[in-house]
Amino acid sequence: MIESIKNFSSDFFVTGDPLIYGADVSIVLVMVAIIFVLTYFKKWKWLWSEWLTTVDHKKIGIMYLIASLLMLFRGGVDAILMRTQLAFPNMDFLPSDKYNEIFTTHGTIMILFMAMPLMFALFNMVVPLQIGARDVAYPFLNAVSFWTFFFGAMLFNLSFVIGGSPDAGWLSYAPLSETQFSEGPGQNYYIWGIQISGIGSLASGINFLVTILKMRAPGMKLMKMPMFSWSVLSSCIIIIFAFPILTVTLGLLFIDRYFGANFFTLAGGGNPMYYVNLIWMWGHPEVYLVVLPAFGVFSEVVATFSKKKIFGYKSMVFALLSISLLSFFTWVHHFFTMADYKVDAFFAITTMAIAIPTGVKVFNWMFTMFRGRIQMKPPMLWTIAFIPTFLVGGATGVMLAVAPADFQYHNSYFLIAHFHQVLIGGVVFGFFSGIYYWWPKIFGFSLNEKLGLWAFWLWNIGFYVTFMPQYALGFMGMPRRVSTYGWDMGWAPLNFISTIGAFLMGAGFIFQVWQIVYSIKHRNKEGAADPWDGRTLEWSIPSPPPEYNFAIIPKVSEQDDWWYKKQKGLTKVKEDYKPIHMPKNSGIPFIMGGFWFITGFGLTFEWTWMGIIGLIGVATSIVVRHLDNDTDYYIPVDEIERTEARIGGTR
Amino acid sequence: MPSRKTVKRFLMLILSTFAVFLLSACSSEQFIVLNPKGPVGEVQANLIFVSFLVLMIVIIPVLLLFFFIVYRYRDKPGNKSPYKPEWDDNVKLEVVWWGIPIILIAILSILTVRDTLVLQGPPSEDVEPITIQVTSLDWKWLFQYPEEDIATVNYLKIPVDTPVQFELTSDAPINSFWIPQLGGQRYSLPGKSSTLWLEAEEAGTYYGTANNFSGDGFTEMNFDVSTVPDADFDKWVEEVKATNQPFTMEDYQELVKPSIVGVSAYSSIPPNLFEFIVDKNGGKYYKSNNHTEQFDNSRQLELGN
Ligand code: HEM
Ligand SMILES: [Cu+2]
Repeated sequence: MIESIKNFSSDFFVTGDPLIYGADVSIVLVMVAIIFVLTYFKKWKWLWSEWLTTVDHKKIGIMYLIASLLMLFRGGVDAILMRTQLAFPNMDFLPSDKYNEIFTTHGTIMILFMAMPLMFALFNMVVPLQIGARDVAYPFLNAVSFWTFFFGAMLFNLSFVIGGSPDAGWLSYAPLSETQFSEGPGQNYYIWGIQISGIGSLASGINFLVTILKMRAPGMKLMKMPMFSWSVLSSCIIIIFAFPILTVTLGLLFIDRYFGANFFTLAGGGNPMYYVNLIWMWGHPEVYLVVLPAFGVFSEVVATFSKKKIFGYKSMVFALLSISLLSFFTWVHHFFTMADYKVDAFFAITTMAIAIPTGVKVFNWMFTMFRGRIQMKPPMLWTIAFIPTFLVGGATGVMLAVAPADFQYHNSYFLIAHFHQVLIGGVVFGFFSGIYYWWPKIFGFSLNEKLGLWAFWLWNIGFYVTFMPQYALGFMGMPRRVSTYGWDMGWAPLNFISTIGAFLMGAGFIFQVWQIVYSIKHRNKEGAADPWDGRTLEWSIPSPPPEYNFAIIPKVSEQDDWWYKKQKGLTKVKEDYKPIHMPKNSGIPFIMGGFWFITGFGLTFEWTWMGIIGLIGVATSIVVRHLDNDTDYYIPVDEIERTEARIGGTR
Repeated sequence: MPSRKTVKRFLMLILSTFAVFLLSACSSEQFIVLNPKGPVGEVQANLIFVSFLVLMIVIIPVLLLFFFIVYRYRDKPGNKSPYKPEWDDNVKLEVVWWGIPIILIAILSILTVRDTLVLQGPPSEDVEPITIQVTSLDWKWLFQYPEEDIATVNYLKIPVDTPVQFELTSDAPINSFWIPQLGGQRYSLPGKSSTLWLEAEEAGTYYGTANNFSGDGFTEMNFDVSTVPDADFDKWVEEVKATNQPFTMEDYQELVKPSIVGVSAYSSIPPNLFEFIVDKNGGKYYKSNNHTEQFDNSRQLELGN
């Protein structure tokens, strides 16, 4: 009995590794510290009523931001650990099983739990404000999205200390991810962490698509909508078509693992190639749906800081939509080396075709700056760093798309360098640019520019130092995912340089955290309503905006409406308030997320009873919500008047 | 604000990295992908150079233009360059930059299709090819020479100037078989046999590796490929036959178990072992396997399993 409890607990709690004991200790310490602080300052009620139950898109955006920065930290630690292991030949720092877990969690976390939520942070912070709406179309669903993402991400992260992490790569190809080769809870954590947060992603996609289609301020025709909102629209289209594929794929993998089915094992009549195809039918659109909103940010930033209208609006819109469409017809380029040559040739051409609209966008950004007046403010710096980085990353993408040549690049460090160049140089720089740009709007104070400048240069130099050598390593034949290497191939010097770069980027991140902490302490609220002399509606209201965003819904007549109103001196609005219809806070999304967590945890350990309890909880939450008729309220006119007077709104 | 000096230094850093890389790539043997030793690798290396060049012809001017624009239109007092905040549309310009990438992609598409077709068949037509059956296992490579009736593990020897038809399969997770200096890789899949043609033009020892992650021992799955003149190859086959044990079904059952092993060789192979491996993993359901011989189902019983 005692023996079996001992055995169980040494499997359940991952034991025998100092890294993991360290993680255990720090998790416990952080929890204790949080509980202590909340209790000491009597903040429990505040936390519950202001944050955990909120349906306000701005607060949900802030929670997404915090969660994604935490995940950036976790994924970054993974990266630093990997680069340390690879700094010298024959290193013994991480044995191969640990190394495999770490590259798996690194990739999964960075794409699904860092890039996606950072993107949703921007959607939430910006879209309703930019289109002149008071909230998203489905505020309650928005909260559900956040909490399913959050609990899914927590479930995934828990694997590190309880049960063991997944270790079959961020896309977990079958049959490696089948029970035969990956026993135990790790791979189940992968499935359920992603499935649960996937519910949130799909719901957000629908939510923001409807918001943009239905809730634009009067007069804002689609062709007058700001570019960021256009990019969100295109991204949501991809989400809506791509995420169901992921859900089905992982669902089938789960059925294979849980019930012993054979969808992805050829011997039982299935086929592992189905898995590879399906996962990339989601995977390729996925990388494009995270980059499109970054493109949107660049479009806003370039126009604002060049003091000039975006160049070629129509072709920008056309490019975005055609990328959405084309992104569904390229997935085979991730396995040219598996496919038939005719198939290869077809997908090589569709892949290169995506470079056409992408290239056009770069030209349009450049010609927005042309004959403008470029102000080197922090958001603009990230944009200017993005363009050359992305040009090179796109070029290497096209090199990869040349199918016969890809037989030499595939799964080598050349590939690694390509996708980090587009993901860091495109997605991360883009989202940083967006966060720096809209930070004053959401928080009502600006970020310290000097510390930001340090972060900027460290990230940029670090990026080049890390990834340029990796292209070369690809030509030297270094495969991705090897946990160590010898002296004989001459890979040592470039790997060492690459590791230095990773530490530089790590230092950049520390500067950003410092920058945020410093700016919170030394709040600079000056001119936060419209600090950059903005062009779009979000800059027409106070910072931070009141819960209802717009006391009076603006009437739009131009493409950069706020800019024209300022030019023509039309910024004053008649203070003719009406009661505002608002959604009420609700604890159900949080509780439902908790039940999803229980479901996922139960199914991960194959404790069916626990899975069922969790699902009953989820179903009950939905029913309770349906029976609840008290979900909205009106803000009376006198309260609006008081709020507007206090925050100096409706200029 | 970054001073112009910092910016300049930063640009110099990027450019010099590129320059150093390019120079060393052309001169150094270490960049094995760019220093191929066989016709397949040569086609691919040429394609890499050409596609890189074509792209750079566009990318470099665009980069220069970009830096010029950023420099010229920066917001400095006294900047005399024109400022036209409403200028947002120009059909001629837009036609130009829809046109540039379209032409670029058209050129690259033609090159792609051309070389895709070139790499389909045997690299040289006038020499009789040899066949090697490759099986990726956890975590080692089994190479069978059906015509010579020998087998090796984690070690490959091939004659120079002879096209080699590799038939690939896996009795483990999906892997990829890659000898960078001879040419690009191909996946080895359980239940499927796929073909990769390679040929060596120079005698030597080259690096081969597994290239698709397959679990804990993946890192150890690299192997040497030695290429020797025809006569030496025949001598080697004789030697293998004379000095080694036959490879039996029991040996195979042992080899399939997850483990990391050294190199070994065997004097004969069980008939149709490769077809057995393919079919065992579901190849029988799969119509398009190009088995050298159609596998006879009745043999399955005989071979055990
Ligand atoms: C000009 C546009 C682009 C082209 C032509 C392109 C082409 C390709 C090709 C052909 C591959 C597969 C190579 C291989 O596996 O051998 C690839 C991999 C990849 N690309 Fe791109 N790409 C482009 C832009 C992007 C962008 C914008 C992103 C993300 C923001 C991205 C993210 C990735 C990722 C994550 C992978 C590898 C995933 C993996 O194997 O784990 N790419 N790209
Ligand atoms: Cu792709």
